Amino acid sequence: MKALIVDDEELARKFLRELLDGHPEIEIIAECANGFEAVKAAAQSKPDLLFLDIQMPKLDGFEVLELIGLGPAVIFVTAYDTYAMRAFDVHAVDYLLKPFSKERFEEALRAVRDRKGDRAPAPAELAATARGSAHLDRIVVKDGSRVHIIPVSKLDYAQAQDDYVQLASGGKNYLKQQTIARLEAALDPGRFVRIHRSYIVNLERVVKLEPYTKDSRIAVLADGTQLPVSRSGYQRLLGLLGGGAEE
Amino acid sequence: MHPILRSGNLGLYLLAWSPIVYALALLLTGSARLSWPASLAMAVPLCVIYAFVCLSAWYPSRALPLGSGRLARVLVAHVMSASVAAAIWVLTAVAVFAVLRRSEAIRAAVPGIYGLGIVVYLLAVAVNYVLLAIDASRQAEAHAVEARLLAGRSELRALKAQINPHFLFNSLHSISALTSIDAAKAREMCVLLSGFLRGTLGLGDKALIPLHEELAMARSYLAIERVRLGSRLQVEEDIESHCEDWPVPPLILQPLVENAIVHGIANLIEPGLIRISAKPITGGGLSIVIENSLDADAPPSKRPGGFGLAMARKRLSAHYDGAANLFTAARNDTYRAEIRLPENGAANL
Repeated sequence: MKALIVDDEELARKFLRELLDGHPEIEIIAECANGFEAVKAAAQSKPDLLFLDIQMPKLDGFEVLELIGLGPAVIFVTAYDTYAMRAFDVHAVDYLLKPFSKERFEEALRAVRDRKGDRAPAPAELAATARGSAHLDRIVVKDGSRVHIIPVSKLDYAQAQDDYVQLASGGKNYLKQQTIARLEAALDPGRFVRIHRSYIVNLERVVKLEPYTKDSRIAVLADGTQLPVSRSGYQRLLGLLGGGAEE
Repeated sequence: MHPILRSGNLGLYLLAWSPIVYALALLLTGSARLSWPASLAMAVPLCVIYAFVCLSAWYPSRALPLGSGRLARVLVAHVMSASVAAAIWVLTAVAVFAVLRRSEAIRAAVPGIYGLGIVVYLLAVAVNYVLLAIDASRQAEAHAVEARLLAGRSELRALKAQINPHFLFNSLHSISALTSIDAAKAREMCVLLSGFLRGTLGLGDKALIPLHEELAMARSYLAIERVRLGSRLQVEEDIESHCEDWPVPPLILQPLVENAIVHGIANLIEPGLIRISAKPITGGGLSIVIENSLDADAPPSKRPGGFGLAMARKRLSAHYDGAANLFTAARNDTYRAEIRLPENGAANL
């Protein structure tokens, strides 16, 4: 069984390595000090088991899980008990609270063995739903072995592309494996509007609306981009702008 | 209800009326030409009745506080109610004498009784104002005691809140990891942690401590975090030596140093710097600055703010009566928090 240790503290990594010494069946393929390294290492060597800290620089544990996009068994290792509910929402096998005993660690490993063979749901989708009621404040996108972090304030619009969404931010486009409906649900509905079956727009970027056909309009963004607005999209826009502010 | 009736001092109150009984009896022997025993026999019940009438002065006194600034209006109101009360008294006396078929005897005494009635009523008003003032000062005292208690309690809560439990859990986890990796280092960490905790407990009952003691606490906190974060945490100090004894509220730097770690260094992949400096302000006062590296891309939810800073601000304003300030600012990849203390900070305490 291939395992990945992800923790920004060196001592915490060493401790896990020491505890795993007594388990020759588990091979540590990499130790990662941050989320970027973890995403890269996971892409290279498909681990079966992930020891994952939550509070880390740049990418937190849940974002790492969202980007890894395959189904390794996950054991969260953290000093914070506040994420436990979210952890089980993403089907973590166990949640170890620092500091923990060797016995508690063995118990977590037993749980992994018992779960082996179960097909875990894809973490990307789960991590997105596990956010609960809080709105996204940034979106993580994997591009090969690189990771882009897009703050939602810099997202201009999103366009549906089958099972993907194309995210436009500052003239660049990023492709993320997520449906537009899921993205819409995660964004703040006061700032982002689904103006069309295939488009979500950042309200701050819209400079004007122009009539197009009898039933549809075009939204013009600050950078000149033109996006189609459907009839129901127009109703949603009006609702958000306080009715009749435009035109 | 009137405080005299409420407190069961009615007997004492009636006893206080004996000079008035004497005055009325004197009046009756003089004007109504009654014998001493007869005028006393009349004066006692009349005074008992009037004693209760005068108790009613409590309500207008309470409704018209002296401090309201309209002294003339208050005076007119009381004189008017005094005339009414005195009139009631005179009518009672006339009625009693009429029943005893001595109406002609009382006639000469009426102006005297009326005058006495007004004077006594106004006296009662004055006594009521004194009672009200005593009541108010007692209440103010109770408020002050309550406020002091509350302040003490919130201080204690503030001090407890300075120590983040996750700091403890993380430190204990580091010790747990070190026991097998480096036992000597584990012992050292135990000593550091105990020193820090003992310091926070001991400082709670002091209003002010010298800056060098406060800095020692911050240093031991950073030393503990350095065990956990390793080379990711760099610390620089620039303390002007004559600032070392400046009095500061204990643990006032703690939330700032903790923010610098939790919201600063802990979010960085590369090593980050925490810089602590203290220097006098030209024109008086002390400036303590804590700067730390910051991940400029971190979302706002990971930026400092919140509870620790609010508590520090509250404590500063309580200690220095608004003369101390806490400024924070984030610029690109540096976060800066500055505490400015007034020159005569210790004098307020």
